[in-house]
Amino acid sequence: MLLQGKKLLITGVLTPQSIAYGVAEHAIAQGADVLLTGFGRAKSLTERSAKRLKPGMEVLELDVTNPAHFPALTEALRQRWDRVDGVLHAIAYAPEDALGGNFLNTPWESAQTAFRISAFSVKELAMACLPLMPRGGSIVALDFDNRMAWPIYDWMGVCKAAMEATVRYLARDLGPKGIRVNTLAAGPLATVAAKGIPGFKSLSQGWGQQAPLGWSEKDSHDAVARTVCALLSDWMPSTTGEMVHVDGGYHAVGAPPVDAQAESEATAPAPGKPSGG
Amino acid sequence: MSTSTIDPKVVESKVKSIIADQLGVGEDEIKPESSFIEDLGADSLDIVELVMAMEEEFEVEIPDEEAENIKTVGDAINYINTHKK
Repeated sequence: MLLQGKKLLITGVLTPQSIAYGVAEHAIAQGADVLLTGFGRAKSLTERSAKRLKPGMEVLELDVTNPAHFPALTEALRQRWDRVDGVLHAIAYAPEDALGGNFLNTPWESAQTAFRISAFSVKELAMACLPLMPRGGSIVALDFDNRMAWPIYDWMGVCKAAMEATVRYLARDLGPKGIRVNTLAAGPLATVAAKGIPGFKSLSQGWGQQAPLGWSEKDSHDAVARTVCALLSDWMPSTTGEMVHVDGGYHAVGAPPVDAQAESEATAPAPGKPSGG
Repeated sequence: MSTSTIDPKVVESKVKSIIADQLGVGEDEIKPESSFIEDLGADSLDIVELVMAMEEEFEVEIPDEEAENIKTVGDAINYINTHKK
């Protein structure tokens, strides 16, 4: 099996619709040992999902805004496992006034919160797991490609861009230790997190038309989950600092297909009459 | 106990008990017309968890697009009554 014997820490499971839930599900089916993290009042939701994944599955507490939680996480991992082979970072948050079309008016405090939870936490999580990764391993962070500006996404987008850069620097510094660090840039997917993005539906509409392989905000979770598992496996051994797109190919083309024939029929002069004017 | 033996009265009382437990409100405040958000103070995370709790209790699946239409206690009770096996 792809992940036989791997010990994987998976963050970001809220509900069975969570991308991270699909990752955990496939990872378990592929032979991995999995621990989840959850935080605050959402932890009970993570625990419900954990039960559905596998009876007795544990959920460790991790609030990435609490510096004391990281050494506690290292300790909790050490008590359960002799090592960690892979980590999924699936954590992001921006306050309401930091996304949804309020870019020019977002206060520093909100941007700062978004940065800490969505970008800086990748470094913190990597460092918490590092003592247990002497044999190397793989860290994957869920991303939405922010090399360009998007409607709606605002400071969440800026923080995703910062997260992408953080991953490249982590790849630089952890590569010599045999640890690969990559982002997975997914297309838009219907999840609890997506419900918090105003205008998400408009953004996701049309994705499937532009993506050569097609895309469904409702059904493409599994493609993302499988690709995360591939990145966590031993089968992408020399890939690091990379942004792996799982978006149906949307990023590779500039616009949706056009119907050139229909357009020329609509605008062409009628046969036999002079054109121009 | 199999869900097929649950009568609507039992569904109503179980749904109310799940809501009371989840939202920390008294069962006497929970009326069929109570809106989760406006009357019972739930937020979106509460509603997601309520849906999961009801799925587990009644062994039904409540898809997202259906869950979006469950706004009141009565909506939840009706959903369970029409979908329980």
